[in-house]
Amino acid sequence: MISLVHFLVVGGLLFTLGLVTVATRRNAVGVLMGVELILNGANVNFVAFGRYGPAATTGQVFALFVILLAAAEAAVGLAIVLAIFQTARTIDVRQADLLRE
Amino acid sequence: MEHEAVHGLEALAPIVATPAAWLRWVPLLPLLGAMWNAALGKRLQARLGKRAVHVVAVGVMTAAFAVAVVAFSTMLGLEPEARFLEDSVWTAAVADPLRIDLGFALDPLGMAMVLVVTGIGTLIHVFSIGYMHEEPAYWRYFAYLNLFAAAMLTLVMADNLALIFFGWEGVGLASYLLIGFWWRDRDKAAAGMKAFVVNRIGDFGFLAGLLILFWLLAGAWGTGTAPGSAGPTLNWRELRDQIALPGTGVAEHLQAVRLLGLPALGLVGMLLFVGAMGKSAQLPLHVWLPDAMAGPTPVSALIHAATMVTAGVYLVARLDFVYALSPTAMGWVALVGGLTACFAATIGFVQTDIKKVLAYSTVSQLGFMFVGVGVGAFWAGAYHLVTHAFFKAALFLGSGSVIMACHHEQDMRRMGGLGKVMPVTRWTYLVATWAIAGFPVASGFYSKDEILWKAFTARHLELMGVPVPWLGPAIWAACLVAATGTSFYMFRSYYMTFTGSYRGAVGGHGEHDAHGSGHGSAEDHGHGHQGPRESPLSMTAVLVALAAGAVLASFLGLPAVWTGHEPALERWLAPSLTAGHSVPFTEFPHALEIAFQGLGVLAATVGWLGARALYAEGRSHAPEALKARFAGAWSFVNQAWRVDALYDRVVVRPSVALARGLSRFDGVVIDGAVNAAGAIGRFLGRLDAAIDAHVVDGLVDGVATVTRRAGGQLRRLQTGRIQTYLYGALGGALLVVLLDFLVP
Repeated sequence: MISLVHFLVVGGLLFTLGLVTVATRRNAVGVLMGVELILNGANVNFVAFGRYGPAATTGQVFALFVILLAAAEAAVGLAIVLAIFQTARTIDVRQADLLRE
Repeated sequence: MEHEAVHGLEALAPIVATPAAWLRWVPLLPLLGAMWNAALGKRLQARLGKRAVHVVAVGVMTAAFAVAVVAFSTMLGLEPEARFLEDSVWTAAVADPLRIDLGFALDPLGMAMVLVVTGIGTLIHVFSIGYMHEEPAYWRYFAYLNLFAAAMLTLVMADNLALIFFGWEGVGLASYLLIGFWWRDRDKAAAGMKAFVVNRIGDFGFLAGLLILFWLLAGAWGTGTAPGSAGPTLNWRELRDQIALPGTGVAEHLQAVRLLGLPALGLVGMLLFVGAMGKSAQLPLHVWLPDAMAGPTPVSALIHAATMVTAGVYLVARLDFVYALSPTAMGWVALVGGLTACFAATIGFVQTDIKKVLAYSTVSQLGFMFVGVGVGAFWAGAYHLVTHAFFKAALFLGSGSVIMACHHEQDMRRMGGLGKVMPVTRWTYLVATWAIAGFPVASGFYSKDEILWKAFTARHLELMGVPVPWLGPAIWAACLVAATGTSFYMFRSYYMTFTGSYRGAVGGHGEHDAHGSGHGSAEDHGHGHQGPRESPLSMTAVLVALAAGAVLASFLGLPAVWTGHEPALERWLAPSLTAGHSVPFTEFPHALEIAFQGLGVLAATVGWLGARALYAEGRSHAPEALKARFAGAWSFVNQAWRVDALYDRVVVRPSVALARGLSRFDGVVIDGAVNAAGAIGRFLGRLDAAIDAHVVDGLVDGVATVTRRAGGQLRRLQTGRIQTYLYGALGGALLVVLLDFLVP
């Protein structure tokens, strides 16, 4: 029988993998993909809590909002990456340090 | 004499004062003149010439004389007993029971003085125009001279003793300024200071006498007040009304009081006389007057012969009612006067500086005046004051004329033969010499013989409370000797200056060549300004006026034994000098008085013949021989009996040593303490500065440094890399989680 814990473990794994991706990838697109993993890890938790929690549909609705948000985020993120590329001719996040002291 | 006494006693009543609000102008006009020239004189002189200066100075003096003449005619229109003009300007100070008014009063005595001061003062101002015409500081000279006249008139006209003292100090100041007029010469400046300092000693006596009199009337020292006293006062009219009028009981009370074992009134009289001794150059305070000759000669004539130095005589005459009550004070005054007359005359014998001769002569003549007022012949003292003012002013101005002609040579050994070139000066000098020597016709005879006669007939004098009946005749004898001496040294100065041949320094010096071969003698005075010439008209006219005065003043005091009625001046002064009538002179036959006058003339003749034999025409070799024979005595007398040396040793050097000691004490102890305090303060200041610099500044700087360094380190945290920030965020989150586990 699949319980809530299994879902949470899967969600946690996704979150961790996303976090590691964001923290370690030098490619800006990879970093954006890591962000998607983090958001989807959270989505799994929402849906799982929606399924096992008292309020029947709240989790699913929240997940839908997050998907929407992720889409918007990816659009803005990719636009920024494009802008960086046009300026710096690279999408390596370590090179994009214009805001340092 | 009897009828005078009766007349005097009957007439004694409270003085009735007539208000005269214009009296103030007499001293005020010269004061305004002094202020004008002091403030504007320099500029006016530079722009308009010296004329602008002396027109003002002489103008105010003439105006003051005119006001004095108006006062005189006003007074003549009043009854003799009512001759008292008063002008109270304002009350200067009140400290109950003391009240000091700025007020002027004129009685016959004051009137006589005012006429002398303004009259002779005006003449001497005129003389100064010629005498000082080469002086660059012309304006300063006339400002001082006006200041002197203002102070002297304040002294004479003051209606109270405090204001008299003010004027007394004022003339002292003017005298100081004028003696040291040529202050670039250290000796002259020192002479001015000497006059001032010696006068301070006298002033101390004046003030002490004044205050003791005031306190006696106020009943101090448990002496109680007199029953009829209206309280203490400084106003001399009120004083006189209290003390001199019979029936108030004040006189009896004052006579009964004793202080320090002496009759209090005698003490007052003696102390006041100490003031007079200073101002009038009596022994032993005479030392300043010969030095005062450092001033310009007209100043010597006005201040140090005619007016200021007689202030002491005026003071004694003014307070005649005090002195008449105290035979001790009178004896003291007469004794000092007689000694001074004799002493100063001897010094006159050997002086070679023409002004010094006249200076010692002045000291001697002031001695005569004090003999007069001392024995109680107050009017005779005042009369001698007036006649002396004329003939001594004439002598001094004559000497000034001579000195100017000889190019500021004052040594009579380098003069001689000037009579031929300076006839006016010569004849006026001779007339004045005639007057001072005491020959009839000229005024000195009348005043001097009146004094001598009164001295001889005075048997009432006391010394320290002990009656000394022979004191009067002894003083008479001393004065007769002094009169002989006066005649001798005055004719000596005349002969040395005006007869013989000129010994002046046209070519060489003839100092020891008493019978010089006559370089530049009378014949060659015509070429250029080398030889002596007669002085300008402004000077000779004054000389003539003064010589005429010296003769005409004799009509003021023709003796009663000649005319049968009392002399004009005595009658005029009678309302002022009421105390004179109560002085008990011994009566002698008239024949004896005439015989004594003959003795006086004989004394003068002896002196004259002696001088003639020794000095006439510069022929005799006897003076040099005598000088060589008695060299020791000669130099002793020439140095004025070494009184100055004595003072130098006894007073001046100890004072200077004391001053030096105190200066050293100041320099070492007090300055040391002050410097130590300063050093401690400076040390504390440095310490404070060090604390500020190191501790406080260090703290502030430290904060700044730490902040700056921390900033320098912390700025490295901002790398600009997104992933670094992410590590931070993750680390922080991890920390929160860990803390949540670790902290229960």
